[in-house]
Amino acid sequence: MPALCRDCLTRFDAGKRCPACHSRRVVQNDELFDLSIAHMDCDAFYASVEKRDNPELEGKPVIIGGGRRGVVSTACYIARIKGVRSAMPMFQALKLCPEAIVVKPRMSAYVEASRAIRAMMDELTPSIEPLSLDEAFLDLTGTERLHGAPPAVMLARLVRRMRNELGLTGSIGLSHNKFLAKVASDLDKPHGFSVIDKAGTEAFLRPRSVRMIWGVGQAAQGALEKAGIRTFDDLLRWERRDLQARFGSMGDRLWHLARGEDRRRVSAHTPMKSISNETTFHEDTSDPDILDGHLWRMSQKVADRAKAKELAGRTVTLKLKRADFSLISRRTTLRDATQMADSIYRSARGLFDQVGSVGPYRLIGTGISDLVPEIDADRAPDLLDTGAAKRGQAERATDKIRARFGPDAIVKGRSLR
Amino acid sequence: MKFSMERGTLLKAVAQAQSVVERRNTIPILANVLIEAEGDTASFRATDLDIEVVDKASAQVERAGATTVSAVTLHEIVRKLPDGALVTLTEESASGRITVEAGRSNFSLATLPKEDFPVMASSEYSANFSADAKVLRRLFDKSKFAISTEETRYYLNGVYMHVADGEDGKALRCVATDGHRLARIDAPLPKGAEDMPGIIVPRKTVGELRKLLEDDDMQIAVSVSETKVRFATPDITLTSKVIDGTFPDYTRVIPQGNTRRMEVDAADFAKAVDRVATVSSERSRAVKLALDEDRLILSVNAPDSGAAEEELAVAYSDERLEIGFNAKYLLEIASQVDRENAVFLFNSSGDPTLMREGNDTSAVYVVMPMRV
Repeated sequence: MPALCRDCLTRFDAGKRCPACHSRRVVQNDELFDLSIAHMDCDAFYASVEKRDNPELEGKPVIIGGGRRGVVSTACYIARIKGVRSAMPMFQALKLCPEAIVVKPRMSAYVEASRAIRAMMDELTPSIEPLSLDEAFLDLTGTERLHGAPPAVMLARLVRRMRNELGLTGSIGLSHNKFLAKVASDLDKPHGFSVIDKAGTEAFLRPRSVRMIWGVGQAAQGALEKAGIRTFDDLLRWERRDLQARFGSMGDRLWHLARGEDRRRVSAHTPMKSISNETTFHEDTSDPDILDGHLWRMSQKVADRAKAKELAGRTVTLKLKRADFSLISRRTTLRDATQMADSIYRSARGLFDQVGSVGPYRLIGTGISDLVPEIDADRAPDLLDTGAAKRGQAERATDKIRARFGPDAIVKGRSLR
Repeated sequence: MKFSMERGTLLKAVAQAQSVVERRNTIPILANVLIEAEGDTASFRATDLDIEVVDKASAQVERAGATTVSAVTLHEIVRKLPDGALVTLTEESASGRITVEAGRSNFSLATLPKEDFPVMASSEYSANFSADAKVLRRLFDKSKFAISTEETRYYLNGVYMHVADGEDGKALRCVATDGHRLARIDAPLPKGAEDMPGIIVPRKTVGELRKLLEDDDMQIAVSVSETKVRFATPDITLTSKVIDGTFPDYTRVIPQGNTRRMEVDAADFAKAVDRVATVSSERSRAVKLALDEDRLILSVNAPDSGAAEEELAVAYSDERLEIGFNAKYLLEIASQVDRENAVFLFNSSGDPTLMREGNDTSAVYVVMPMRV
């Protein structure tokens, strides 16, 4: 059986230890050197960056997240042993792991690390589909002649480089499609390398829960359970037509996934559907000035991202969460798509004024969707808003200053509330 | 209660009622029409709590009384009855139902007590005047296309009717805008309207009012207060709340210094815009107008779908100008012109453009250009 040492990259014929360096970090599979669709997922990415940059955190449980009221965005593996998980409310995480050191996210550092990893991936293949800062699909089909080595070797080399040059570890899932590659990368975390081969796909999936399917959340899971589907084995018993009839387009996808089939391509250009931002407050508030300040900041963050992506949105949404966790969301469609913070804020503010309930709220957020290229945006100014052109110019000028001197170089007074 | 009516008369009254009732309402009584019979008339009253319409029609009343019944169901029944039939409505107080009889057709409908029917609080009107149906029709027909549907700017969801200084003295003026185009229509101020407060007539009311204005010479009695407006013919009374908001100062939006004048046959212009817009992308629908000495070139360039160009003879003697518009807005504005040539007054490609019929300033339209 073909085998590969993940430390010295020696290729050999089966065995628990590498014949060259005696490392136990060996991956072996009959199809190891034939598979070419991979998913790379960094291990506890934000926490790893923090530990790398601050040696004092070494060996201590670290949680990345915002404030007392926020949620855990990443927990390092030490904190995970205590049961801390991503998206867990911070108070709960601290109950499980009171000794944890909570670090506020430093997005710029993560973006920088992500870019460095991306540059390394770019050397392997042009077919990269990033899912977030810390994970991506890679399609290395047809690159063996170019690199003089099969994809498995190049991927092992990638994570080795990430560790040596960036001090960050990642896990690789290698298989014959995206669905299985993503499943595989999760099997052997952290710093893992797992392979799901074609021959073993069905046997691998059969006993597993359909929860594993990316996109099957709680609601879909509930619907599946109602139909008596918990595992892939259950799914396999269904006729394709019946699945389609019961679950619509998802049914067809399920039928294919049950057989380990996923024809989605690794695409560098997955169209973005929306851009949004939200914040949870330290304390619930109904103070209109404070809410207004947050709304402006959220609008500006959304606008910043839209401008960076050269996109604009035709729909503006407002999201509020009351103290009792009930959600309010409102949306409005604009005549003219926008990427300007001023327009997003004004629309969101209009929606906010119409909500009618006074709070208190624990979260506020805004976003744009129905995205269009920026060339099609902000084309027709508002007749009644004679100050809009001036404010637009001011925003463009502010953007230039912020691009040069940092995002806080110039801020609006209302963002300080 | 028991009365009989000719089917046509009944249909008209019930049709008006069923268009006022809210289709998706949570209060059952609001789906009903209140029918009251007395003397030799039957009246039909419907409301959605913002608008109330009362339609009176002559009827052979055998027994006076009142009840409420589903407006939509009653309308459907009457609509399907043969023309010229005599319809008899009878309230069966024992069963709490109303029967509708015509020829051999017989229907029995559930009722709700008339006491539950909400009656709009009466209002003190500060101005009462009378206007020709055709005058009101022009005021609202020419302005309503510009009403905004944007809920966040609710004060634009109607036509602003007020007294203004027109070209020939005081005028009754209707203005509507959605921030992209604006219509300002004037009519001579009717006697008694001088002290009328400015009101925003909601979109739905404008639609309902239109049904009262079919007959050119009909005199419409208009009553206005700060919170309500009433339009009445001898048979129909339409009362509506007005939008509680401040209409923006539109006067500063109407360009005064636009000097570049283009005169064009409105129908030809509209057809040309419509033709070239065929290839434009669904979303932006931008049309470029390139003006040169007595020549207008309309063009659309949509990278995804194609390009189109058309030349029109116009009267224009200013310097070259290129300006872009949303095709739909141009079409809607051009289609308001019915008598003379359309006169466009431009300033620059970034400034609002003004359009009117010939030299008539009693109807002016403003449209914002878009970047092309």
